[in-house]
Amino acid sequence: MSNNTPGKQPSMPHFVAPLEDAPLGAVDSVKVAEKKSNLWIDAWRDLRVRPMFYISAVLILLIVTVALFPSLFTSIDPRECILKLSNSGPVAGHPLGFTKQGCDVFARIVFGTSTSLSVGLIVTLLVAVLGIIFGALAGFYGGWVDSILSRAGDIFFSIPYILAAVVIMSVLSQFRNVFVISLAIGLFAWPSTARILRSEVLRVKQSDFVMAATALGLSKFRILLRHVLPNSIAPVIVVTTISLAGAITAEATLSFLGVGLPPTFMSWGNEISTAQVDLRTAPQTLIYPSLALSITVLSFIMLGEVVRDALDPKARALR
Amino acid sequence: MTGYIFRRLLQAIPVFLGTTFLIYFMVFAMPGDPILALFGDKTPNPALLEQLREQYHLNEPFILQYWYYISGIFQGDLGTSFSGQPVADILLKTFPVTLRLAVLAVLIELIFGIAVGLVSGLRKGGIFDATFLIISLVLISLPIFVIAFIAQFFLGIQLELFRTTVGNGAPIQDLILPAIVLASINFAIIVRLTRSSVIETSSLDFVRTAYGKGLSRNRVVPVHILRNSLIPVVTSLGADFGVLIVGATVTEGIFNVPGVGNTLYQAIIRQQGPTVVSFVTVMVILYLIVNLLVDLLYGVLDPRIRYVK
Repeated sequence: MSNNTPGKQPSMPHFVAPLEDAPLGAVDSVKVAEKKSNLWIDAWRDLRVRPMFYISAVLILLIVTVALFPSLFTSIDPRECILKLSNSGPVAGHPLGFTKQGCDVFARIVFGTSTSLSVGLIVTLLVAVLGIIFGALAGFYGGWVDSILSRAGDIFFSIPYILAAVVIMSVLSQFRNVFVISLAIGLFAWPSTARILRSEVLRVKQSDFVMAATALGLSKFRILLRHVLPNSIAPVIVVTTISLAGAITAEATLSFLGVGLPPTFMSWGNEISTAQVDLRTAPQTLIYPSLALSITVLSFIMLGEVVRDALDPKARALR
Repeated sequence: MTGYIFRRLLQAIPVFLGTTFLIYFMVFAMPGDPILALFGDKTPNPALLEQLREQYHLNEPFILQYWYYISGIFQGDLGTSFSGQPVADILLKTFPVTLRLAVLAVLIELIFGIAVGLVSGLRKGGIFDATFLIISLVLISLPIFVIAFIAQFFLGIQLELFRTTVGNGAPIQDLILPAIVLASINFAIIVRLTRSSVIETSSLDFVRTAYGKGLSRNRVVPVHILRNSLIPVVTSLGADFGVLIVGATVTEGIFNVPGVGNTLYQAIIRQQGPTVVSFVTVMVILYLIVNLLVDLLYGVLDPRIRYVK
């Protein structure tokens, strides 16, 4: 731009419009032709057109409803078992047949949903909280804070979390309930979340708006909380969705191994565990709980995948 | 390279001490007196109790006990199983079987995973790609014991293609079905990694240059694209090993393979706490060593990694 265009000389009498003519507020009403856009709006636009998003969302809604109101889906008491019907096939009113104890397979699956889902939710919460605290502090403060927190994460990361949970559950064999098993899984599952958040925080920390916030004199902790964290949380949400699926699998695996929830709990893992000896004679007692488990895990993994693709422009290009 | 190896080995020491310390701590936080538990309902002689406590260093501070344990590991003393056999002896007997199973599984997942991933990546969006994307998603979602039961039920019981349990001496033909099951989860992960890596590499400038020089597709795909796409696959092998350990425990238990995993499986099922802990420790140490080796291999494959602090 040059100033020698005739008629645009800075010496013109009305170079600056008088305040009465163009009040400062008028600046705010500048019309921008482009649609509003940020990471979340872009992601939503991407999600809206993907069938996989709707399929997984509907499935998850259905599973949550089953977990919250199991009696809406079956009128049969899952604890009312008739030994005479042990391992027998489907009859009217009992579409999936009977377990070894003569209980209704469908009712046991329906009432087991809340166990699996609550373990998944508690583990996810634990992993998210631990992962965010460790990852954010390590990435933001750097230096010795980073060294200590990252090495601690390495140690927990080096023990495959199902093996760690096996040890914890063997140690705490008298206290087997939903909270203890969630703790056993979550205690060793957080480092991957922390690692992802740490590298994201390291990246966001370099941004201009962080420097601007520093220049404005905001405290470091406030900058972390209000500016850095909200801008680096996206990958954590994706990992969290997938870790929910992992936690449900882990609970079922532990119950299957016999170190999970006690047999009095109705959980899919327990159903599969007790049914395994009858695979030849009564496959329905094993196949259907496995199917319920797999569909649930699949829905959460599918949701995690579409959200990841939506949030990551690079992944979008790879499709 | 020497500097890189040295640095990496140095980093492994605190992690090794930390993990063993954690496991040891978890066990010693165990409620109840392990010596009293040995006697069941009987009331033992206090002098005998004292002698046993002395023998197992139970009167000494926690840190000293941990020290005895760690120095024991370095002398090859991995603890004693519930039946009184040294864990090291059991390992020597069962490890060859597990090694055979694991090598078979890793071969299956690498050969098929890379092949499927390469074809999917080169024909992005095609029917083959779409089919295997769905298959890999389903395989990742299925817990390993479900895959094992499905394989046992359909391939073993209904079609009678394989024996459902492994016979004496674990001959290789009996190990094929468990190996396929064990390979299935990592197969899905390798397919996805190879696919996205191939797509990314294919769009890079040096691939275009190679085509521009007039090289044929038969040369560009294996030499330029595939070789450069395999780095993330190699890195993932370390983490895959963790999946393999847990998977081997479950698969060996279900198919009755007389390996390390099955011993751990039986110990868990029979609730033999101390045996479980010694085996888990051994597996974690193995996991650390494998990850260390993978990191070193990564340094060989990708020179950039050696210079990153």
